[in-house]
Amino acid sequence: MRFAKFLIDSVKEVIKGGPLYYAWMALLLIVMAFAARSYIFQLDQGLIVTNMRDQVSWGLYIANFTFMVGVAAAAVLLVVPAYIYHFQAIKEIVILGELLAFSAIVMCLGFIIVDLGRPDRFWHIIPGLGILNFPISMLSWDVVVLNGYLILNTLIPIYLIYKGYVNEEPNKKLYLPFVLLSIPWAVSIHTVTAFLYNPLPARPFWNAAILAPRFLASAFCSGPALIILIFQIIRKVSNTKVQDVALFKIAEIMAYSMFFNLFLFGAELFKEYYSGTIHLAPMEYLMQGLHGHNALVPWIWTAICLNVTAFILFILLRNIRSVKIMNIGCVLIVTGVWIEKGMGFIVPGFIPDTLGEIYEYMPSSTEVMVSLGVVALGFFIYTMFAKIAIAVNNGTLKYQKD
Amino acid sequence: MREDKKISFIRRKFLKSFAVAAAALATLTKASSAVKDFDFDDFVQKNFREMTPQEIERMLKRLEKKYKEKYGKDFVVKATPPMENVEFGYALNLSKCIGCRQCVYACVKENNLSRKPHQIHYIRVMRFKTGPIDLEKSEHYYDAEQVPEKGYFYVPIQCQQCRKAPCVKACPIKATWTEKDGIVVVDYNWCIACRYCMAACPYRGRNFNWAEPYVPVEELNTNTHYLGNRPRMKNVVEKCTFCIQRSREGRYPACVEICPVGARKFGNLLDPNSEVRRIIETKRIFRLKEDLNTDPKFFYFFHS
Repeated sequence: MRFAKFLIDSVKEVIKGGPLYYAWMALLLIVMAFAARSYIFQLDQGLIVTNMRDQVSWGLYIANFTFMVGVAAAAVLLVVPAYIYHFQAIKEIVILGELLAFSAIVMCLGFIIVDLGRPDRFWHIIPGLGILNFPISMLSWDVVVLNGYLILNTLIPIYLIYKGYVNEEPNKKLYLPFVLLSIPWAVSIHTVTAFLYNPLPARPFWNAAILAPRFLASAFCSGPALIILIFQIIRKVSNTKVQDVALFKIAEIMAYSMFFNLFLFGAELFKEYYSGTIHLAPMEYLMQGLHGHNALVPWIWTAICLNVTAFILFILLRNIRSVKIMNIGCVLIVTGVWIEKGMGFIVPGFIPDTLGEIYEYMPSSTEVMVSLGVVALGFFIYTMFAKIAIAVNNGTLKYQKD
Repeated sequence: MREDKKISFIRRKFLKSFAVAAAALATLTKASSAVKDFDFDDFVQKNFREMTPQEIERMLKRLEKKYKEKYGKDFVVKATPPMENVEFGYALNLSKCIGCRQCVYACVKENNLSRKPHQIHYIRVMRFKTGPIDLEKSEHYYDAEQVPEKGYFYVPIQCQQCRKAPCVKACPIKATWTEKDGIVVVDYNWCIACRYCMAACPYRGRNFNWAEPYVPVEELNTNTHYLGNRPRMKNVVEKCTFCIQRSREGRYPACVEICPVGARKFGNLLDPNSEVRRIIETKRIFRLKEDLNTDPKFFYFFHS
């Protein structure tokens, strides 16, 4: 069977590679191994080895999860110009974007699993086997949309890569409906993730209607920023053609998104500070510190500075077509949005807690190590799949009759 | 030559990564409690509400045996169902409360709450300076030589047993629900510990076992209910159940019984002659965070 041969050849492709490839994969494996040790420690001792407590019951894991959902959703910014507007330069690389979405979702699920105190009971959430509280619980919605998106972004790239492998024209009627479906689905995964936090009146900091648009705006800068950086690395280490014009097209969309992101953040600041109700407290804690507690203040101001600087750089890009400036901007954005959405969003939702207590949270070394492991896993998977896709695209990996 | 060096470097790196992976695996198998404590019957157990009466009966027997092996004591694990025409409600007289925290510790003992390494209290008594009840200015960890103190008053807070409980709505797997008699319970064997309910609760009514709970064996309360005070495990959520093991047998919750000033009142909201009903109908009452529309069955009141 041709598909079986495709799988075998793909495995062969993943196993062989240059020294740089081996070094990179070995590095990821080492990180994953250390993370596995930390995770086993966490399973053994309980979540007490994290710095989460009753007051701040979610931390770094859920923060990273939220950020990664945004990265996954951002693949849509390649899918739309590629499949709807037939922008050729992006069409050539869209599959690498879809694979990134796939890897990001794997990381999301990874962050959820490591955050669960009882992963041994994971089957309770599988419909049919356990009980999914659908449609009442927003978390059940997240389970549905994330897994749906995972399936879409597994099937589409595998089909396209396989067709390239056997050197046949992909059947548009077969895959295009799924591609079109993946566009609103991408928006939905980040909307639903915002709706996890948004409908909890217990947490006034999250209880804002602006949340879903804000999530999408920040995702549409951080996701593409990662894509731009990764694509340039791919361009360097393989002979894949990634045209600058494609990167600048993506950068243009990012500039608009960053504008909206900053605008929405400003709107939120205005509302909270001008109304000045008791619900200002978490925002005050984040921006200025509250009652002498100010662990997050340097974080959020760093994020704001990074995001504003990146926005200015991206405006300059319209006139100065400099890849270097674009790259600096991308690094600033990835860092800035990660802080804004992670430590700057999840944590202040819990501070002060619902009874007014302030418990300052900073992730423990176990949380940091386990998180690095999940990210390493994501990159490991992405590298493998991207290597196969690139080899098929170059024609070095193709079907041959025995 | 350079190429050789490179390859040997890579090989070293590779071997190193395998060594670390092997070490990790060794830790896993070596006495990891996650593996050691694995209980197949616990693993396959259904959600409490999906069990037949026979299955519940078998499960309770199994737990009694398990606890006997673990703690060396004879446990009674009940699953007493709700009584007909009963909806429990609670009323707390703020004029009387002196902030002695006896309720806190009676609750700890009655409900087998973990003493360490992570200490759990279902009841938090908060101290306020005379003036408005501003939660942000409350003191959770006050230390008083003698209570009541001049210039202060006290507000105990525990699960408010909401009729429209945000925690129940949040749970993705129906591991927590409201019983017919109005008690919000958790199936500790079904909870996956996502902690979404804790994010959703406006009253900090939910507590998490961040570590393996520890209760001195001599202090264990062996009269237990499946949905109440039976021994818990690490990484599950738990909460006040109005002492379900007591209240369903017509007894008062431990906090009501211990209160030295009679500030705590408990009874059936559906019974027009009950004390709680009389308080609600004749006193000036308030509930916490009324604006959130959670409809608590926990009422605060003053003398007159």
